[in-house]
Amino acid sequence: MGVITPAKPNTAAEAALSRALNDELADKGFVVAQLDKLVTWARTGSMWGLTFGLACCGVEMIHCWMSRYDLDRFGFAPMPSPRAADVMIVAGTLTNKMAPALRKVYDQMAEPRYVISMGSCANGGGYYHYSYSVVRGCDRIVPVDVYVPGCPPTAEALLYGVLQLQKKVRRTGTLVR
Amino acid sequence: MSEALKELAGHIAKAQMGVVSKTEVRLGELMIETTPDKVIALLTYLRDDPKCLFKQLIDICGVDWPEREKRFDVVYNLLSVKLNQRIRVKLMTDETRPVPSAAPVYSSAGWFERETYDLYGVWFSDHPDLRRILTDYGFEGHPLRKDFPLTGFVELRWDDVQKRVVYEPVKLAQEFRRFDFLSPWEGAPKVLPGDEKAQETAAAPAKAN
Repeated sequence: MGVITPAKPNTAAEAALSRALNDELADKGFVVAQLDKLVTWARTGSMWGLTFGLACCGVEMIHCWMSRYDLDRFGFAPMPSPRAADVMIVAGTLTNKMAPALRKVYDQMAEPRYVISMGSCANGGGYYHYSYSVVRGCDRIVPVDVYVPGCPPTAEALLYGVLQLQKKVRRTGTLVR
Repeated sequence: MSEALKELAGHIAKAQMGVVSKTEVRLGELMIETTPDKVIALLTYLRDDPKCLFKQLIDICGVDWPEREKRFDVVYNLLSVKLNQRIRVKLMTDETRPVPSAAPVYSSAGWFERETYDLYGVWFSDHPDLRRILTDYGFEGHPLRKDFPLTGFVELRWDDVQKRVVYEPVKLAQEFRRFDFLSPWEGAPKVLPGDEKAQETAAAPAKAN
């Protein structure tokens, strides 16, 4: 499977780096790193996802934490409370009636916070784009970091979205967002 | 099955003469029609009569016929678990004429009637709590009426200045398109893929003769 990280370093450069790190640790007993790199490393390694399942996408989101894809191994744990969550996964159709509640939950999350929009409905209304009762994309309500396309996206696609978000967090590397 | 339903229809029509205006058995289902002022008496009878015993109200829903003067149908679907039979009761009404609430007869009717009111705008008199149930708070209109536009009238977004969700008139980037799946090329033969083989084999023996 493409998503499984190999246990062994796959290039010679990585092997050399790993050996150097090992030697330094054995020699001095500590390693030196840049603080922001360290913070983003810690942050990407423990992102807690607020499971905002609204429709069928929610089921696919659950699959992502099940044994086959197992999001927990990236430190990405499901977190029902917005206070302790870092990432909100909007999975499913966002209706007009739900929109204020979604925003309220988003506002309760602590900074830095991220949003993954999962599926066509959350991305832009999707199948219900012309409906009288559906928000045409959850980015009208909350700022979105990663859009995962699909109807519904596979668990693998969501996992890819999570990895993209981690990459984004690493690249941005800010302490204050 | 159909015979039993016809017998039941006859029984109800006889017992509730003047209340039932029409009975019909179609597609293995029994349907009876009544009027708004008599529906409570009929539902009570259907619930309590030993030959009916329709003790469960499955659903209440509406149908919109915009060309009719009394434009709405209100449909009650009933089930008798004991006698394993179902019945459908229909009546006609319009926007202003209220239908008496079935909540005193079936306690589950309350929410079904709220739904019918919400989506069609049918009024139910003596309802304990006739509010909208499905649509957004402050929603205007009744979305399952045929004259309600698909996209509605308002859309909403988060206003970062006012710090709340605001409603605005609908602005679509692209109009809704209705696909009729007809060929845009004139005179395209209406042959399904694979059907041409059947015609070839039919033509071949004729040639041999």
